[in-house]
Amino acid sequence: MTLPNGWEMVVGLEVHTELKTATKMFCGCANSFGAEANTNICPVCLGLPGALPVLNRRAVDLAMAIGMALHSTIAPSTFHRKNYFYPDMPKDFQISQYDLPINSGGYLDLPDGSRVSIERAHLEEDTGKSTHLGGSGRIHGADRSLVDYNRSGVPLVEIVSGPDIRSSAQARAYASELRAILIATSASDGRMEEGSMRIDANVSVRQRGEPFGTRCEIKNLNSLRSLQRAIDHEALRQVELIEEGGVVRQETRHWDENQGETSTMRTKEEAEDYRYFREPDLVDLAPDQQWQDRVRAAQPVLPAQRRRELVSRLVDATEAQLDAVGVVIDLNLEPFVHAAIDDGVEAPLAIARAANELAAGIDDIERLSQEAFSLTLQMEQRGELSATQAKSVLGELLSQGGDPGDIVRSKGFVQLSSDSLGATVEQLIEEHRDEWSRYCDGDDKLAQFFVGLVMKATKGQANGKSVIAELQSRR
Amino acid sequence: MKSAQQTALDVQGGTSSALEELERALSVVRERNDELNVFLHVDQDGARALASTIDERVARGEYVGPLAGVPIAIKDNLCQVGIPTTCSSRILEGWRPPYNATVIDRLITAGAVPIGKTNLDEFAMGSSTENSAFGPTRNPLDPTRVPGGSSGGSAAAVAADMTPISLGSDTGGSIRQPAALCGLIGMKPTYGLVSRYGLIAFASSLDQIGPFAKNAMDAALLLEVIAGHDPMDSTSLPEPSPSLATHVNSGVVGQRVGLVRELIEGADEDVESAVVRARSALEEAGAKVVELSIPEFRLGLSAYYLIAPAEASSNLARFDGVRYGNRVDAEDVTAMMEATRTAGFGAEVKRRIMLGTYALSAGYFDAYYGQALKVRTQMIAAFRRAYEQVDLLLGATTPSVAFEFGSKTSNPMSMYLSDVFTIPTNLAGEPAVSVPFGTGEAGLPIGVQLLGPARSEGRLFAAARVLEIADGRP
Amino acid sequence: MGSPLRREEVAHVAKLARLSLSEDELELFTEQLGQVLEHANDMSSLDLKDVEPTAHPFGLINVVRDDVVRASLERNAVLSQAPDTQDDRFAVPRIMGEAP
Repeated sequence: MTLPNGWEMVVGLEVHTELKTATKMFCGCANSFGAEANTNICPVCLGLPGALPVLNRRAVDLAMAIGMALHSTIAPSTFHRKNYFYPDMPKDFQISQYDLPINSGGYLDLPDGSRVSIERAHLEEDTGKSTHLGGSGRIHGADRSLVDYNRSGVPLVEIVSGPDIRSSAQARAYASELRAILIATSASDGRMEEGSMRIDANVSVRQRGEPFGTRCEIKNLNSLRSLQRAIDHEALRQVELIEEGGVVRQETRHWDENQGETSTMRTKEEAEDYRYFREPDLVDLAPDQQWQDRVRAAQPVLPAQRRRELVSRLVDATEAQLDAVGVVIDLNLEPFVHAAIDDGVEAPLAIARAANELAAGIDDIERLSQEAFSLTLQMEQRGELSATQAKSVLGELLSQGGDPGDIVRSKGFVQLSSDSLGATVEQLIEEHRDEWSRYCDGDDKLAQFFVGLVMKATKGQANGKSVIAELQSRR
Repeated sequence: MKSAQQTALDVQGGTSSALEELERALSVVRERNDELNVFLHVDQDGARALASTIDERVARGEYVGPLAGVPIAIKDNLCQVGIPTTCSSRILEGWRPPYNATVIDRLITAGAVPIGKTNLDEFAMGSSTENSAFGPTRNPLDPTRVPGGSSGGSAAAVAADMTPISLGSDTGGSIRQPAALCGLIGMKPTYGLVSRYGLIAFASSLDQIGPFAKNAMDAALLLEVIAGHDPMDSTSLPEPSPSLATHVNSGVVGQRVGLVRELIEGADEDVESAVVRARSALEEAGAKVVELSIPEFRLGLSAYYLIAPAEASSNLARFDGVRYGNRVDAEDVTAMMEATRTAGFGAEVKRRIMLGTYALSAGYFDAYYGQALKVRTQMIAAFRRAYEQVDLLLGATTPSVAFEFGSKTSNPMSMYLSDVFTIPTNLAGEPAVSVPFGTGEAGLPIGVQLLGPARSEGRLFAAARVLEIADGRP
Repeated sequence: MGSPLRREEVAHVAKLARLSLSEDELELFTEQLGQVLEHANDMSSLDLKDVEPTAHPFGLINVVRDDVVRASLERNAVLSQAPDTQDDRFAVPRIMGEAP
């Protein structure tokens, strides 16, 4: 979306990611999503009187890994208390890094070649989770709320970008690239639907070249789609407001996915006074060179590099193919793709099958060997299997395991002999003379029409390429 | 009364038993607790079970530990599994912690028998134990007077011969001041020497747990048991517990001691003259005493009464009626929290929460809290300079002997001033001990204070022992 | 520093601290807190621009623990201490706004 009348949006993102540690940030309770309510709690993460925090080394490792991937400077850092009362926060303060974060500065390069600066990426702890009873089940209108502290104290890294983003699409690309990095570094599973990656957006608008306008912070962006929609909606709201002679107030706004709009949560005047001060129960964090080197040595090849390698195997990649490459990278499916390509499978086919069929069965991926994947795709490419059949074989390999040849036989996916395919084609030409003569006159679009008919007649067992060959030989 | 050291020897040697020692302690508690209000809770059954186990182990010929069968009183801001822990506050009434403070685990491992929880100023905020929601504790030496505070109950337990030793906590003098007022030895150890895990925080960067006893040897034995690194406390010093009992009788020959002018300034005459006599006693024992001035000490009170409330305002936020303790119901959660806290906290706690919240709030942070942290830096530097010249510092623990009930409650500032001599060491994180030395007004005990650099507990106990001998104690 | 505390400031602080004060208490606290702050004026005259603040008495750094799971508390032991529970959760009256 472009804004009207020379307006430009200015966006900065704050991304919170839960770290994939075995235990919480300051205690030995398990960090696991979906456990029964209040089963992963102890004196520390429940804020019981007298309990004290002790920092998880692995959380520091992962925070540094994120910083390194974002070209940040790792510096001596401290922890502060952010004080505010809220029932899901057991100590009624949050331990967070404030003026001295572990990672400061840095940048993230996006696939389109643009660069977004990183201001900081700091460690902090997550809160518990409330559910609301009565009313609509949302916070407003509820009679009563119930709190589960399993998530309380789960380690988070908050990554704050500079105000460098100029469109909602760029914001989405940034979030998506960042997510890929978090997954690649094993810092996070990147599951936005489970809340393990959460985004707030700071949005303002200005006339091109003018100083920044007043910003609003949008909360509750739970998917890349809502991120993009919310930013567009908010930027337009601000433009309309200003054009009608109004003034944008600095405030926090809530995105309502169903209504498709933002609404005021809190104005600047209502902002909390957090009374930050140094957390006296924790000491300074200043990872030495040796510690940093150990983390650096374990850094994986980053998604951007891996993407470049995979894209280089495509000629003039389409938008859809680039998306598929993204999925392959996120799910670490490149070994399958590279193995198949090395065996002579065409790159677009290998990438498409990995991004769709393998992605759909990702939980069972351990059943599938690279060899079985490659063999199946080779059969498809040679025309021995139709696309539908190849997908079905992959599905079977993922759900049951086994050998592609055996599956092909047991499913009766015997290749249609070219005699029987020829006979089918002949018969269909007879039944559709008009279309056939138009095809013969050069209307190539009708090839797909006949392929469709053949597929229907053979219940999908024919190979599309073979059908076209049959058609062309009769043209 | 029999010392803790002798009790442990008797129990381990079979000439007494843990149960026998416990029953003796419990009978004194029964006799005097109604009058003195020392214990908020006595865990008779738990203590008896523990004592029986110890006796069984002795009978099997096992070595139980350095505090075998020694009854001990615990300040009620230390968590003990299943035992009501209140901090003398209505807000925690009825709460039973599901975990032990590290010091409780260590006491039990060493064979000690915790018999119950002692009264304190609510959340350790006070200097007289008058701020308890469950009534004041009386000074066993003169029940018309305060025992000091905030660890007044733990001091009174030992002074009334209920237990030979007890645990307190010291944020700005809360062990040393009641020790002085009750005629006991009381030490605030080096910050980080004793784990704070399970100590309900007042001011995290100042709090330390420490011992009360009737003599230096018992205090040293107890501190040895509870000290040493604890992985549950990030601020715990990395080294294991030092040996202290072996230093108690090393004397002070050749030690350089600085008598600090600011640590007697404004003290009553009887207190000042006790300090002067203590100086002579140390000199006679072979120490070299010089007079010093450390003007930064005068700023201690101001810095302390911003830093401690600031940390407290945050530490006490969690008492919100959601997860434990009392709740006062209301329409919405904010109103519930406000009603709960308003009903649950006493006036002094509210005052300090207010002060701390103010000191941290936008617009005042730099002028108050920020400036106080810088004064703290100056204080540490001043101590360092002093310890370049001398090994120990000497002064009074409190400006006066035990005062009467109500004499300082109407004016908070006058109460705060009773901490003026004890606060500097808390700000510096260094150890100090109060030793009874002579008596003053109305025959009440006077405490003199010895201060040392970090990790000098052994040296402090040795000097304390010299004063005990000079004071005619066994 | 040194400006006498205003009553409205005390009221604001009470709100921040989730305490409700009666008119009398407001009056009293304004006076008493003012006294403490006045006493603290002895610090305000000091020039400490170049002095680093000290938040911890000793400069320990990098105290960390291994990422190893330890037993959590037994849920019922914890919930039985709570003022109100429902469905294995801590129950509170309605929450008026989203977390900041």
